[in-house]
Amino acid sequence: MSTPDVAKAAPALPGFRISRSTRMHKIVLVLSVAIIAVLAAVPLFAENAFMRNMVTFFTLVALAQMWNLLAGYAGLVSIGQQAYIGLGAYGLWLIGDVLGLNPFLAVFLAGLLAVAVALPVAPLIFRLRGGYFSIGTWVIAEVVRLIVSNIQATGGGSGKTVLSAARLPIETRITGTYLLALAVALGAILLVYFLLRSRTGLALTAIRDNDIAAQSSGVNVFRSKLIVWVVAAYVCGVIGAVVAMNLLRIQPAAAFTINWTAYALFIVVIGGFGTIEGPIIGAVIYFALLQSLSQYGTLYMLLLGIVAVIMATVAPKGIWGFIVKKWDIHLFPVSRRLVLDTPADQDVKPAEKPGPAPMAESV
Amino acid sequence: MVWANVTVQGILLGGLYALFATGLALVFGVMRMVNLAHGDLGILAAFIALFIVQSLGLPLLWATVLTIAIMFILGYVLQRGLLNFTLGTDDTRPIVVTFGLSIIIQNALILKFSADSQGLDAGKIENISIKISNQMSIGWFPLIVFLTAVAVIAVLELFLARAKLGRAFRATSDDREAAELMGINNKHIYSLAMAIALAIVALAGVLLAIRTTFDPTQGGFRLIYAFEAVIMGGMGSMWGTLAGGIILGVAQTLGTQAFGAGWGLVAGHLVFLTVLAVKPSGFFAKTVTA
Repeated sequence: MSTPDVAKAAPALPGFRISRSTRMHKIVLVLSVAIIAVLAAVPLFAENAFMRNMVTFFTLVALAQMWNLLAGYAGLVSIGQQAYIGLGAYGLWLIGDVLGLNPFLAVFLAGLLAVAVALPVAPLIFRLRGGYFSIGTWVIAEVVRLIVSNIQATGGGSGKTVLSAARLPIETRITGTYLLALAVALGAILLVYFLLRSRTGLALTAIRDNDIAAQSSGVNVFRSKLIVWVVAAYVCGVIGAVVAMNLLRIQPAAAFTINWTAYALFIVVIGGFGTIEGPIIGAVIYFALLQSLSQYGTLYMLLLGIVAVIMATVAPKGIWGFIVKKWDIHLFPVSRRLVLDTPADQDVKPAEKPGPAPMAESV
Repeated sequence: MVWANVTVQGILLGGLYALFATGLALVFGVMRMVNLAHGDLGILAAFIALFIVQSLGLPLLWATVLTIAIMFILGYVLQRGLLNFTLGTDDTRPIVVTFGLSIIIQNALILKFSADSQGLDAGKIENISIKISNQMSIGWFPLIVFLTAVAVIAVLELFLARAKLGRAFRATSDDREAAELMGINNKHIYSLAMAIALAIVALAGVLLAIRTTFDPTQGGFRLIYAFEAVIMGGMGSMWGTLAGGIILGVAQTLGTQAFGAGWGLVAGHLVFLTVLAVKPSGFFAKTVTA
């Protein structure tokens, strides 16, 4: 091909654009606003027991979003997020009871306690890769759990009661915690959404696919992973504080249990890795099962383990992956697709450019 | 002299940690897979031995041999029938699947045996010791455990260095495609590696069960200690793993002696994190892949 041809062909290029949202995304947006409005109105008519139950659901959604952000997007398969959940719970006690701040404000500050641990340990455990990174995150959780259980100031093995929250009028506390939990779940979803649409989101996708190639293309792998790591620690801290607001009692064995990670992992594996929709669907399924099977405790965990192993082996993309494959639905516009603006008159002159075949409508 | 005694006890404890760690290191070395259910599989072996002793009435020695054989077969089947399918796709799948396995084993054991602590009784060998001075005595059983760890690692190193199968292990580890081209069946090699790893962890589990009490939830701690031993020792070196186990054991017993019960485990973890900070490749690393 001679040079002038290329020059001539170039102006014809504006025939495409990069698109993210589609008409469906606008419908989804309207529906989401409606659902959120209904959820926010729940305290007007629902009973306390229902709201306390929903707090559990919202914290599971937020936790699963964070775990998915780490494992599904940044390739950081943490099995130690319980460190930050527990720290957040104790943070609520520390800031609410010891420092005397309003417990609703303390919930958001409690996340900073988690960050205070997550930040300095990051350079250490980021030296480990794959499965060894996972165990490294667990070591950190164990260290935090052991220290908290061993010192008397935090109540040792028997823990603490969050008096500042317990002293609130019961209606205020339960309604407030409900709305707080709803806000945290929505905040977690929006945080992941905007993070993925940002420059960091692109970097993360590159790192997940091949971190060495990403690094050599100029992506700051350490910085991108660190952002995700710290964000996830903060949100997990806030989740822990919300859980403590809901239960009022904090014990190291429960606050730092690896079951937190197990729940998150089940939800994400069942719902779908590396998508925003997956953890939401997974949380709904998990929560529905929990309501009907929780009296079986051990058997329930056993079944979840079996389901997780089967899903991860047979259908690693989860339920949402199946839906995407079948109907190509994306509720959240985080991926970019190429759209060719081809008015009919432009399209019928292929003789000028016989080379490349017409591109697909979407990629 | 008290401190010398504590150090010696720590070294002996380190042997048990190393025995747990050997299988983890072998599996990682051969197929670059971290088995998060490794500790739980060791605890599973302890329960299998307990079941054989209690239900079939076999002597402990035969129960141990039988348990090792069962775990060897289980390892092969587990790798061939499940874990091989998770390899070579992305890094997260084997982690998720082995974590799921760990949850399954733990809860299945609780359903069958309850969450109560159990013990395996080996008779009077558990209580006799060699008295060296007034403040130092070495228990026969911890010594046997330590020597068993040394023997297992020596045999394994010899096997990897000299045996034909050991060569195949190393070849697959170095370059799986090239090994396949040379006529090695990687799937079979991986499964044999897991079988050997679980046979060793079965021995470790039974020895742990004799040495102390055990319950279904302890697998995770065993995994963490094994991991710390592997990382501190350095990848690719079984003797390094033994050294890592000893460092951890000594850190824990000295920590307990210095700061009181409860802080020993913290001391062990902190020593591990310090090693990770100043010498992330471990002390005796042979391979570069982390």
